[in-house]
Amino acid sequence: MGSHGIKDRVAIVGMGCTRFTEHWDKGVDELLLASTGEAFASAGVDKEQVDAYWLGTAQSGMSGLTLSKPLRLRDKPVTRVENYCATGSEALRQAAYAVASGAYDVAMAVGVEKVKDSGYQGLNAFPIPNDGTQRTLTAAAMFSMVAPAYARRYGVDSGEMRTVLARIASKNHANGARNPRAQFRKEMSVEKLCSMPAVAGGLSVFDCAGVADGSAAAIVVRAEDAHRYTDKPLFIKALSFVAGDGSGLMDPAYDYTTFPEVATSARDAYAQAGISSPAEELAMAEVHDCFTPTELVLVEDLGLAERGTAWKRILDGAFDLDGELPVNPDGGLKSFGHPVGASGLRMMFEAWLQLRGEAPEERRISTYGSRSLALTHNLGGYPGEMVSFVSILGTE
Amino acid sequence: MRGILSWGGYLPYRRLDRRSIRAVAGAGGGRGVRAVASYDEDAVTMGVAAGRLALNGTPAEPRALWFATTEPPYLDRTNATTVHAALRLGRDVPAYDAVGSVRSAAGALGAALDAAVPVLVVAGDLRGGLPGGPDEAAGGDGAAALLVGSDADGPLLAELLGRSSVTEEFVDRWRVPGEAASRLWEERFGETRYTALGTEALKLALGEAGLEVSDVDTLIVAGLHGRAAKAVAARSGVPAERVADRLDDTVGNVGAAQPALLLAAALESDPAEGRVIVLLSLADGADVLVLRTTTALAAHKVERSVQAQIASGAPVSYGTYLAWRGLLPVEPPRRPEPARPSSSAASRNRDWKFGFVGSRGEDGMVRMPPSPLDGAAVPMAATAGTIVTFTVDRLAYSPSPPVVFAVVDFDGGGRLPIELTDVNEADEDAFEIGARVEPTFRRLFTSDGIHNYFWKARPLPKPEREG
Repeated sequence: MGSHGIKDRVAIVGMGCTRFTEHWDKGVDELLLASTGEAFASAGVDKEQVDAYWLGTAQSGMSGLTLSKPLRLRDKPVTRVENYCATGSEALRQAAYAVASGAYDVAMAVGVEKVKDSGYQGLNAFPIPNDGTQRTLTAAAMFSMVAPAYARRYGVDSGEMRTVLARIASKNHANGARNPRAQFRKEMSVEKLCSMPAVAGGLSVFDCAGVADGSAAAIVVRAEDAHRYTDKPLFIKALSFVAGDGSGLMDPAYDYTTFPEVATSARDAYAQAGISSPAEELAMAEVHDCFTPTELVLVEDLGLAERGTAWKRILDGAFDLDGELPVNPDGGLKSFGHPVGASGLRMMFEAWLQLRGEAPEERRISTYGSRSLALTHNLGGYPGEMVSFVSILGTE
Repeated sequence: MRGILSWGGYLPYRRLDRRSIRAVAGAGGGRGVRAVASYDEDAVTMGVAAGRLALNGTPAEPRALWFATTEPPYLDRTNATTVHAALRLGRDVPAYDAVGSVRSAAGALGAALDAAVPVLVVAGDLRGGLPGGPDEAAGGDGAAALLVGSDADGPLLAELLGRSSVTEEFVDRWRVPGEAASRLWEERFGETRYTALGTEALKLALGEAGLEVSDVDTLIVAGLHGRAAKAVAARSGVPAERVADRLDDTVGNVGAAQPALLLAAALESDPAEGRVIVLLSLADGADVLVLRTTTALAAHKVERSVQAQIASGAPVSYGTYLAWRGLLPVEPPRRPEPARPSSSAASRNRDWKFGFVGSRGEDGMVRMPPSPLDGAAVPMAATAGTIVTFTVDRLAYSPSPPVVFAVVDFDGGGRLPIELTDVNEADEDAFEIGARVEPTFRRLFTSDGIHNYFWKARPLPKPEREG
């Protein structure tokens, strides 16, 4: 019994990622063709050489046919997976395990979401028939409860808290401004962010992830085969996934200042990868900044800052592109928007670029050359009931 | 001997100042305020609130339920079953509607008095009319419940001494199903008919009771025809100071719920025994009950009196009132409308959805919704709680945005993130971390014609917040 991981048994040898934006002129098919085409080219393979496919999409299509039809895949095993907002990461996890098992030599994970065809702002969940007693609160409102809870617990006054959240958004916007694949490419000052009107709790629209369409893809092979495809493979050090039991919503002991599922998945991932001191060992982290207070709590749950100190470290710039440990160097969900099925793979795409030295100089992480491990963190759900994914990827 | 075992009067939280009507509608209005049901209330939810108050006040258990209203949320299917489920009455307790006319309420009460078992009579109503019209200003929203039984079922608080009923066919007020407002014949015609009917019925009932007019301590005259009610009282021979306030200036006329609501207010106004109270209802005839209070009344604890609720309302603007009533179409939120609740899922989960019953497992944790792994059912509807944290959601769909949501820890265990309602932004200590709230049965939304009933939480009335 135990979570052993697949450290150094599987490698990513090719990736692709579309721009994340309002793709009014592209549908699911076009987005899938774009991201997979780039990934095939990146690994130097064609679609026939990929033995099995995993497609992550939350609600842009059902079954493997959503991928096999546009790519004209014949006689291939194609599986559609869904795991809330961690759907893209889940696709990679399944593909990697399939290769690690020996079942396939080459597998692809693809994530896609066509969000902007709904006609409504924001993400809107597909309604599953129910008894009508489900919570109707938006994700923004659920996560907004984290900010005052954190402020109260650690004695941060509300003005300071407002600045901390704005600082997170400002950092991610600054990173996104340098990234041609990002949806929003404009820097935003802390002062301007602080003056935005609240829409959910104390959160303004600028505390929320954008809403975009997009797709990303990765090709994985056995580690020993990796150099047949690329000189610079990205080795999978850890893949951890935890689904909570939802008790946080019902447990009077839960105080909205931490996401226990995230802390658990991080511990598991560090154990798999053999990391004892993540803040010193990681070169970068891509975390699920669906809302600014989420990122604040995540850096603590992921062990990148001591409990109760993340807000100060954020104000000090520790997680800026030129800080000690860059967090969301690509701009995060904040700048990219959140095409649900694609986001997890988009995070890995940033690790792919940064660790392999392919990010252009103006947006290169401060740790490049000195550290070789990246973390991606992808969550789905809400405070109290969530799923959490953590990966560790490395070049060595 | 039959009589009243318990009662409950419920007034919604909002009050419309009648002076605000004329500026918008160009006519109508008047003095005082009228009670206004929230956008998430209807005759059923208000009836549930009144029924809960009535049942809290007695050890007796109803063996039948009648629900009366002129505004049934549903036709064809029974509305009383929703009240039945929310009150968690037994499967073998029948529940019936008496809906459509104001007089249904008097009929249900009569049936209860004729029965051999304790009967809960619940009446809830929303009264209004077209903007600027007299019914809009004169109407009110509210509910009342009377538990009727015999002295074998529990201590009678008021016993029935006599009753009468006269019926006459005439059309002074009418409404074709589906219309928003009644239409009225010339007022004098109805006044003439009702004055004669009321006078006749009063004489018959007092005769049956063996009493004189001078024995009457309180005369209640209910009915939509305000001038007729005044005329009946004036001609009755009962001195004006013994004629009950019809709550016109504070509540408005709550239609089918008015007779029971006014009786509740009369019983609450004076706990002395031996008081003779006459309840006279003018609706397509006249129905009269002659009651006498008992010694048990003094010991009867009134949890939330009609007068206390009159004193604790908060204003609603005329524009909001019109929007809530569907008389002023406003821009809907730009969010997908909620899907209709699944009837089969709702049916399976009815204890939770309608009865607010959670579960307790071997680990001692109270779970809402209940878990199939837990053994013990935990009814939560009567349990107050404390706000742990809250948020105002201006993005979520609501028939009346914004949505205010709170994480509530219930006394004795159990936490639920739950929507708040009847939140008055000006009442700051009702709307903060640590504030005390109670569950309240509401209609969350209607989709595909299915009313989605469930529970919300609302601030405890000010005097009840210690805890």
